[in-house]
Amino acid sequence: MPQVSLTVNGKQHTVEVEGRTLLVELLREKLRLTGTHVGCDTSQCGACVVHVDGESVKSCTTLAVMCEGSQVTTIEGLAKPDGTLHPMQEAFREYHALQCGFCTPGMVMSAVDLVAKNPQGLSEKEIREGLEGNLCRCTGYHNIVKAIAAAQEVMHGRRETVAAAAE
Amino acid sequence: MNVVTPFEGIGASVKRKEDLRFLSGRGQYTDDINRPGQAHAYILRSPHAHARIKGVDTAAASAMPGVAAIYTSADLAAIGGIPCGWQIHNKDGTPMAEPKHPVLAEGKVRHVGDPVAVVVAETRQQARDAAEAIHVDYEVLPASVTMTQAQAPGAPAVHDDNPSNLCYDWHIGDKAMTDAAFAAAAHTVVFETTNNRLVPNAMEPRAAIGDYDTTTGEHTLYTTSQNPHVIRLLMGAFVLQIPESKLRVVAPDVGGGFGSKIYHYAEEAIVTWAAAKLGRPVKWTADRSESFMSDAHGRDHISRAELALDAEGKFLGLRVHTQANMGAYLSTFAPCVPTYLYATLLAGVYSTPAIYAEVKAVFTNTVPVDAYRGAGRPEATYLLERLVDVAAKQTGFDKLELRRRNFIPTDAFPYQTPVALQYDSGDYFSTLEQALETAGWATFEQRRAEAKARGRLRGIGISTYLEACGIAPSAVVGSLGARAGLYEVGTIRVHPTGSVTVLTGTHSHGQGHETTFAQLIADKLGVSIANVDIVHGDTAKIPFGMGTYGSRSLAVGGSAMDKAMDKIIAKGKRIAAHLMEASVEDVEFERGTFRVAGTDKTKSLTDISLAAYVPHNYPIDEIEPGLEETAFYDPKNFTYPGGCHIAEVEIEIETGIVSMVNFTAVDDVGRVINPMIVEGQVQGGVAQGIGQALLEGCVYDSHGQLISASMMDYTMPRADDLAPVSVATHTTLCTHNPLGVKGCGEVGAIGSPPAVINAVVDALRDYDISHVEMPATQEKIWSIIHGKR
Repeated sequence: MPQVSLTVNGKQHTVEVEGRTLLVELLREKLRLTGTHVGCDTSQCGACVVHVDGESVKSCTTLAVMCEGSQVTTIEGLAKPDGTLHPMQEAFREYHALQCGFCTPGMVMSAVDLVAKNPQGLSEKEIREGLEGNLCRCTGYHNIVKAIAAAQEVMHGRRETVAAAAE
Repeated sequence: MNVVTPFEGIGASVKRKEDLRFLSGRGQYTDDINRPGQAHAYILRSPHAHARIKGVDTAAASAMPGVAAIYTSADLAAIGGIPCGWQIHNKDGTPMAEPKHPVLAEGKVRHVGDPVAVVVAETRQQARDAAEAIHVDYEVLPASVTMTQAQAPGAPAVHDDNPSNLCYDWHIGDKAMTDAAFAAAAHTVVFETTNNRLVPNAMEPRAAIGDYDTTTGEHTLYTTSQNPHVIRLLMGAFVLQIPESKLRVVAPDVGGGFGSKIYHYAEEAIVTWAAAKLGRPVKWTADRSESFMSDAHGRDHISRAELALDAEGKFLGLRVHTQANMGAYLSTFAPCVPTYLYATLLAGVYSTPAIYAEVKAVFTNTVPVDAYRGAGRPEATYLLERLVDVAAKQTGFDKLELRRRNFIPTDAFPYQTPVALQYDSGDYFSTLEQALETAGWATFEQRRAEAKARGRLRGIGISTYLEACGIAPSAVVGSLGARAGLYEVGTIRVHPTGSVTVLTGTHSHGQGHETTFAQLIADKLGVSIANVDIVHGDTAKIPFGMGTYGSRSLAVGGSAMDKAMDKIIAKGKRIAAHLMEASVEDVEFERGTFRVAGTDKTKSLTDISLAAYVPHNYPIDEIEPGLEETAFYDPKNFTYPGGCHIAEVEIEIETGIVSMVNFTAVDDVGRVINPMIVEGQVQGGVAQGIGQALLEGCVYDSHGQLISASMMDYTMPRADDLAPVSVATHTTLCTHNPLGVKGCGEVGAIGSPPAVINAVVDALRDYDISHVEMPATQEKIWSIIHGKR
């Protein structure tokens, strides 16, 4: 069996996998990091999005062996070690941008990458377009868009807190 | 004083208690659970719509690595079929056709996705690999794919002993009175439509884990369910014959339901049975393709509606004929959806004096159809609100004026409709006016002209709707064919030091119950929501319950909690009277404080709970220790939320693409506990309604192959398909439950589809069309605009 060595949320792991093992299977089944979800089998829903070497990727369409030597961040690794939420997590809570919570980890990880790559700031339309790869069945997206608009202000240092930043 | 500050009670938009675990990856959904020694099941499903099974050869598969067992229907001969929870009677009084729904296909497969065999192996991959090595010898049969095909003479019989493919032929209302209304009419309007079949697509695929304790003989099922007690009842009593005392059903965090996780599914019985058979836990998780072909679908009606009006535009009579697709088997609540959740809603918000509706339910070689968000009420609302617009156009009455002229007057409540329901309260004029104002109805023509200059056709559409939810009075539904009661259960456990645990038989899968219910406790008992824990989803912890659907959790489950809190307060007053040496009649209670009326003598709830559990100075001969109460609440009536939805769309002339540009919802959901959560529920419901109107449609080909079986083929609404939704509420209180609440989970999906299609038709007003079928796809619109229909 092939082995893969990678760092997940700052912790080094060496894991035996099959050649066909997906990154999401490694995370969920081998490392028991079950915050990353599987919502489809065609790479449409984005519930499985994690960061690999700073890029958001769909872990359901990434082979584990492709991540040799990679730095992986999952939703479990997004908050600070002391538990302080990332501004994106804080904004999702503030603006009621989650209901059942199943799409939320992937949605948050996608949103963090989207905002990080666009320091100039994103309009509502650009945020909606930027969420093309993530499905949510509960919220209608309205509050997710608001949360991301608020979080970008904090992430880029234009505001201190996410409260009232979406208006 | 022990009043909670800041205010967290009824009416406060407090942030959700459940969010932290979901945002940090610590939610625990069924697939996140792993039991020691667990094996994995994979279900081999039919690739055909209709075929005879001539043989199943599992020899090669059994020898594959890791395989623990392979089961077919022959192995399950001793267990029962999947039961149906509602029996409808035909016009002639005979019961509906109710064919057996085997856990694994027996002799025939009846839809693509029908389960044929189960492989249990060490890993999911091994189980899947082995399933590919099973050879099933199918004799492919012609299929009855559509309802029209299924009812044609000589059509393939989905169930061999029912060649008509008819499940039932049912009716409601007064036919003679309705016919008389038509005979006297100045105008008669006819509208025919199909309500498109939808796939619910909760983001979490279904999953189930069976576990068996060989020491105690206790079975545990972890499952993605909206109602674990209902699953225990159906699976335990009818399928596996396991007494309730030996069967625990746990529905942990559930990633959305929308109705699709109400029903008892074959996989739940399979893993529970196999775990006991093998003596080890067995886990099954659907992949999305399996969800498409095994989760119950929604809607799928073909209807003809006729409206009779007098010369002044008053509705005189409504006649409806509907065919409803049941799919291949009867899912748990399927028969009641196109009858008592549909035809009883045909009065809508109007005072139409005579209504007659006939509904034929038909078996086809497709996935079973059951309740999906709104369940029957979206179909009724769509039919009625399109019909009113068609009537306005045909008769020349203004579409708003026609509605106002026929609204049930605000002073006419309680209002008895001609189709069984009695509405308790409502104010359709106010929700209409508020929505018109918010949506800028009066200035629409300017926006249309401005859009035209940009090469776009802009349209505005309205829907004034009502629904019946808060399901439901047990005696009423029992008389209509329900095989269960529909009360709810709440237990309030005040602990010695004053924190509170609430046990509820409802289930939260996105609705935010852990917050809303805690607010009820905070409001009445004065306990901070941080010190209130809501426990749901485990039959071993909760006395009983009927679960969450039909916007019932707050109206029925919340009312049970309220009733249990009344018992807590009553007992607390007796304890307080003893401690303060007063008579019980003189003790008052308000938000956490017991007071002797007219004095400054007080005791806090914590003083009382401590005394109840440490009864040193306590009237022990008269009152039992402890402070815990349970209440069962059976609602007196349905609740009747209603309101007005207004959609504004733009169509790009060149491409036919429809864009949502604005959506306004003004809903009367009764008393609002948490406005933030209510707004979120409405927005989510509206998104699903817009999805039905513009994007979503389940498609079978002529052989019964499911074409739209993945998220690449079935169009789920994405963020850039939707527009901002303006949500407001206008409250009239429910008159028959203690909280005055009506329910908000389904209104969005019920009110919005006709508003969107009315807007699309309005946008196309220059193209001589009277209707566009859902989903109003780009191709349909382009063909209308460019004359290639």
